[in-house]
Amino acid sequence: MDERQDPIVELEHVRIQFGKRTILDDVNVTISEGEFIAILGPNGAGKSTLLKLLLGLIKPSAGIVRVLGRPPRRGNSDIGYAPQHRILEADLALRARDVVGFGLDGHRWGTGFPSHKRKATIDTILREVDASAFAEAPVGQLSGGEQQRLLIAQALLSNPRLLLLDEPLANLDIIHEQEIVALVQGICRSRNVAVMLVSHDINPLLPVVDRVLYMAHGQSTIGTTDEVITSATLSKLYGSQVEVVQALGRLFVVGAET
Amino acid sequence: MFDIFQYQFIQNAFAAGTCVAIVAAIMGYFLIVRGLTFAGHALPNIGFAGAAGAVLLGVDPVIGLLVFTISAAIAIGILGKAMRERDIAVGIIMTFALGLGILFLSLYSGYAERVYSILFGQIVGISQQNVLFTAVSSLLTLVVLLILYRPLLFSSFDPEVAEARGVPVNALGLAFLVLVAITISIAVQIVGALLFFTLLIGPAASTARIIQRPLWVILLAIILGICYTWLGIFFAANGSWPVSFYIATISFAVYLPIRLFSPLWIGHRARKNMATRQGPLASGVQNSEDEQNDATKASGRVSGISR
Amino acid sequence: MFQLLQYDFVQNAFLAGTLIAIMATTIGYFVVLRAQAFAGEALADIGFAGATGAAILGIGSLLGMLGLSLLAALGIGALGERVRGRDIEIGMILSFALGLGVLFLSIYIQNGANANAGVSVLFGSILTVTRRDVIITLITGSVTLLILAFLFRPLLFASIDPEVAQARGVPVRLLSIVFLLLLAVATAEAVLVIGVLLVFALLIAPAAAAERLTHRPLSAIILSVILGLTFTWSGLILAFIGTGHNLPVSFYISTMAALTYFASMLIARFRSPRRYRELPHPNREHIPVHTH
Repeated sequence: MDERQDPIVELEHVRIQFGKRTILDDVNVTISEGEFIAILGPNGAGKSTLLKLLLGLIKPSAGIVRVLGRPPRRGNSDIGYAPQHRILEADLALRARDVVGFGLDGHRWGTGFPSHKRKATIDTILREVDASAFAEAPVGQLSGGEQQRLLIAQALLSNPRLLLLDEPLANLDIIHEQEIVALVQGICRSRNVAVMLVSHDINPLLPVVDRVLYMAHGQSTIGTTDEVITSATLSKLYGSQVEVVQALGRLFVVGAET
Repeated sequence: MFDIFQYQFIQNAFAAGTCVAIVAAIMGYFLIVRGLTFAGHALPNIGFAGAAGAVLLGVDPVIGLLVFTISAAIAIGILGKAMRERDIAVGIIMTFALGLGILFLSLYSGYAERVYSILFGQIVGISQQNVLFTAVSSLLTLVVLLILYRPLLFSSFDPEVAEARGVPVNALGLAFLVLVAITISIAVQIVGALLFFTLLIGPAASTARIIQRPLWVILLAIILGICYTWLGIFFAANGSWPVSFYIATISFAVYLPIRLFSPLWIGHRARKNMATRQGPLASGVQNSEDEQNDATKASGRVSGISR
Repeated sequence: MFQLLQYDFVQNAFLAGTLIAIMATTIGYFVVLRAQAFAGEALADIGFAGATGAAILGIGSLLGMLGLSLLAALGIGALGERVRGRDIEIGMILSFALGLGVLFLSIYIQNGANANAGVSVLFGSILTVTRRDVIITLITGSVTLLILAFLFRPLLFASIDPEVAQARGVPVRLLSIVFLLLLAVATAEAVLVIGVLLVFALLIAPAAAAERLTHRPLSAIILSVILGLTFTWSGLILAFIGTGHNLPVSFYISTMAALTYFASMLIARFRSPRRYRELPHPNREHIPVHTH
């Protein structure tokens, strides 16, 4: 990693608390340019909350958060964000390219004028995520994997330096999972953009991830896969017996909640 | 038949009706897309109750319309979150307002025809001054809608990303509802609460089913709305039946075949596109993905409801 | 007050009001659960067309309402199970029905009658309920409640988790059509008491308030029935004893119902802690599975 570059994300002793409930306590993370970070942990561990913190949508209860050297703010075009959801159902029609187009200028007032430049920009992005084939199709008709590509394309349009992807691999079968992972890795390397990808399962990401941020029970730890996904580390994190089993080239976390 | 056009009040009806139809079509599209169809029905009725109150107090009905509809719009904007809870909140707000409306009507000893006309609407009896006022306010509303167009569209289809991109999603939604309320207050005096709801929903409901691009959905909806209005006034002027009946019937008559036959058409086209694109092997993979998605939808529904 | 009970119309009002309150609030619980409030509203407005049409034909408005709303319920049921997206269809049917209602009303008025028929359908006519209406209400109410009792568990299952219920053999589609038919009946009856415009006061508000205060189905149903009866009886008593203004029954009922609902919302807010809530997505009927 290029040490002279400013870190993309810095979290120092960050605590997030809602009322009496502490979601996260004492998070200390520094992420550099172009790093691929997987965020793992059980449901309710605060993974999405962390993303929202970086997006400036919630404020920390304690600690310092810096994104690209500054406090997080809403509408930061240096961050590309794809939340976990399926966009539309089949009824309400919107073309794939329209959805992607939101990422370009959906937040600007007025109606905008159609322009060749705009169309070209969107076409380029669609090619980058390999979605050109279904650019004109109604979004509701597309599969989960195809919609995920659109969401990633949308997030890329502002040329971000940080990409936040919330469970992009959820509900995808193996083939599409691999495609999305390959896509995100390609984007990470070619654009040198830092990626923070929330996932339930480390295995599809094993070949591409630089470090893992594991969150559970308000605690968190960050390090390489070998450092974090171990029985000792995870047991300490969960506060109960957790076994990490390696089999068939995959890691299985046994004993933890999902 | 066509000699009705020589009458001033018919010309006025066409002019004012056209303005209302245009604004209603655009607003209706956003209402539908934002899941606010019920609010589109409730707000005019709430306005009616406000008008009853205004008449009771002896002031211009439009004041009552504005007070009630804007208050309700703000309440709906604040209260209504998940769509299923929102419909109930909207309905009960409407019930509350209409209960007050009945109170006002029963306390009012005068001629209530003016108030009922706000409910049922007579598009006749419009003065040229009304036309001018309607035209100007429609134009202003259109300008505001044009300014809000992109962020409103973005936040309607994808509020999470829109918010992350800096769109003031909640404030915008509230502003939109207040704009709807103001439009209702003006339009309902011309076309009545029932008919305004029809003009809001009917055109956009029909076009949104068959057209993909929002701008074209809106443009075609405007054209449909104007056609419905002109035909409706024309038939009503030549007969003795009310305008709102004609427009509602025409709107439904256009919608029904579209609704019944369009899923086959769109579904068929899209699937054809995808099959040629991906080849026969892909469809097997696709199915398992859809199953997974359905399973998630099912469990999503459970956890959404078990609160 | 009690000397009033010797009058027929007072007896009829209390009898019909009680029966209808029980029926409407019970089915209202499921309406709230299944998020079909708009369908209920639509059925009431369709009832308006039925009542005004019946007035022209000279048959009783209750029968007209029942006939047309049962028909409409079949139509809505035929549209399918999905709730989201259905509000557009329901809105279209509603606007068509209201157009018909306005037509029938204007024909009725043109034929010489005054507009009172329309007013009583819109605002309720509990005070002019006939003994015949009471009998019809008794029959329809009992049948409806019996069917609901019989269908209680499968309907609950199908309402909360249709896909799993379907997999377990529950005829979800059939149940939803039957439910809509029952709803049509309950709505038509409720219109008798409180009118088309205020139907929610008996159909939705008590159940919605109860549902915010307790999550257990039976408790919620019992609570909503109690609330519905309270509103109805209070409304009738207030109307009979009079506050000096001759205010309509439906006004009292609807105001009490709405205020109770708002109060229940406040109580529920105080009870559960505040959390950061996901942004509502206007097009999705449920909030994503994943939380934090």
